[in-house]
Amino acid sequence: MAEVILKKVSKIYDDGTKAVDNVNIEIKDKEFVVLVGPSGCGKTTTLRMIAGLEEISEGEILIDGKIINSLPPKDRDIAMVFQNYALYPHMTVYENIAFGLKLRKLPKEEIERRVNDAARILGLENYLNRKPKALSGGQRQRVAVGRAIVRNPKVFLFDEPLSNLDAKLRVQMRTEISKLHKDLGATMVYVTHDQVEAMTMGDKIVVMKDGTVQQIDTPLNLYNKPVNKFVASFIGSPPMNFIKGKLIAEQGELYFESYQKRLKFIVPNKFNNFLISESNQDIWLGIRPENIQLNQQSDEDEIISIKTVPDLIEPLGNQTLVYFTFENQNVVADLDGFVKVQKDKTEEFKINISKLHFFSLNSELRIV
Amino acid sequence: MKKLILHIILIFIAVITLIPFIWMISASFMFDGHASVFPPRFIPDQFTLIQYERLLERLSIARNFLNSLILSILVTFISLTFNSMAGYAFAKYKFKGKDKLFNLLISSMVIPAQVTMLPLFLMLKWMGFINTYMAIIIPGLANIFGIFLIRQYCISIPDSLIEAARIDGASDFLIYKKIILPLLTPVLATLAIFTFLGTWNDFLWPLIVMTDDSMYTLPVALANLMLEHTKDPELMMAGSVVTILPVIIVFLALQKYYMKGIMMGSVKE
Repeated sequence: MAEVILKKVSKIYDDGTKAVDNVNIEIKDKEFVVLVGPSGCGKTTTLRMIAGLEEISEGEILIDGKIINSLPPKDRDIAMVFQNYALYPHMTVYENIAFGLKLRKLPKEEIERRVNDAARILGLENYLNRKPKALSGGQRQRVAVGRAIVRNPKVFLFDEPLSNLDAKLRVQMRTEISKLHKDLGATMVYVTHDQVEAMTMGDKIVVMKDGTVQQIDTPLNLYNKPVNKFVASFIGSPPMNFIKGKLIAEQGELYFESYQKRLKFIVPNKFNNFLISESNQDIWLGIRPENIQLNQQSDEDEIISIKTVPDLIEPLGNQTLVYFTFENQNVVADLDGFVKVQKDKTEEFKINISKLHFFSLNSELRIV
Repeated sequence: MKKLILHIILIFIAVITLIPFIWMISASFMFDGHASVFPPRFIPDQFTLIQYERLLERLSIARNFLNSLILSILVTFISLTFNSMAGYAFAKYKFKGKDKLFNLLISSMVIPAQVTMLPLFLMLKWMGFINTYMAIIIPGLANIFGIFLIRQYCISIPDSLIEAARIDGASDFLIYKKIILPLLTPVLATLAIFTFLGTWNDFLWPLIVMTDDSMYTLPVALANLMLEHTKDPELMMAGSVVTILPVIIVFLALQKYYMKGIMMGSVKE
């Protein structure tokens, strides 16, 4: 059992800047929670406060029901994997992994058993006598993970552990860490700025911005029901498109009309109840890139079409990204498969308006 | 071709630099008067150890050698300990007035050593340490240049290493001992050479604070030798060899650690 609870946690630096502002997070036992957000959003500071590397200015952090605010890192029963691996360069892989165990005065046979177990899990058996400099990036990262797992801690903390690896290795290590989480059944807190990592690994994702928590939810809920425009644009790749406009109630129908009036359509019935109170208000319309296609037909969903000229085309094989400018906004369409589209030639795109999102223009909160 | 010319030039310069040393060593193995001939001899016509025997007999040179050795080793070890602790603290710890204190230290480096000699002497006299080892050890406990050098090197050690060790359960002292000190090896070796050389070769300060023949360090004793035996170049050369030998040994032993790239592979920048 290892729950981690952050209650009204803030970090205020000496010069008065608030790096983390009133953060409340509840991490259940055996849960994999990802803290995600752009750089400077306070996610790493939050993790470092859990680790005890950063003092907690306000609020409290509980591990297993015990307040740990004033405990030094070594007494919190946590292990941390750093972005830059932080391996001890003068020690061999074996010594690196065993260091924490030696300091805890475990018997020699026990240390040996645990280090060998970890090495086997991580595929490091043949490298135990090497120094870190003789290892590749991926192997070094594995040693760093090994150093964490031998300690058998209550909570694992990861601080952007994959951001120094190349793309292919990153995908591989991603699945390895997920598998490790499943095998060890441990509570893990993982910090990243990469929303793909967050979406693929987390049981629960905490989206942060400017030191505050924006939303805590499952990956799917974050994607389908983002609380505000920031979360909507941050989660999903390519990001959601936004078009500024107004809701107009006319002859018993609710219309959406964009500012430059290039787009006007009757809002599908299912949104009416939520949007009726916003009529005659300015609004952000959010469209996921995959809901813009060249051809699409549906019995359930309502489709409208727009005509525009693509600025840029990125064929990726299994998908084709088409960029165009619409109403002074950059818009991207994520077309299925390999599609032949020509630059600078007018195309007709179909938008699935049953899958739209609406955000208030002022508060940027999601309406529906 | 270019490389060849360069090598020839370098070898030439090296030989010129080495000639006095070679002559010193060979002259120390000659009988009286054999060194003062022209052209100078580089290989003794008759090999003898008599100069070294005389050195041991007529002077308390063994005692002086021991003085120098003990003092140099002690000062090197003690000052490396204090310098590395202070340098590490200045580089990695946060405490009030850290920058001000460090700037004060650095600015005091402009004061020439000669200026501080008299007050230092009076202080040591007041403490009753004149003509004891402590008179040389105490001023050498720590030195600002050493602190500065170690601090600069320490700054390049990533914070995450220290944090990782802290999470692994290491106390502050253990982090210093097990993580920081091994990583400082190159700079410690460099500083050890400087300190050992400085203490071993120091002439003025031991001359001031030591009053007995038996407490003299080698350079001071050798200077006395020169005064008494100006006509014995062979004996003087034997004394010089004894003086220089430990320094060369220390340098050769430590030079492989000299600024070696030990940090490689620890973290990815």
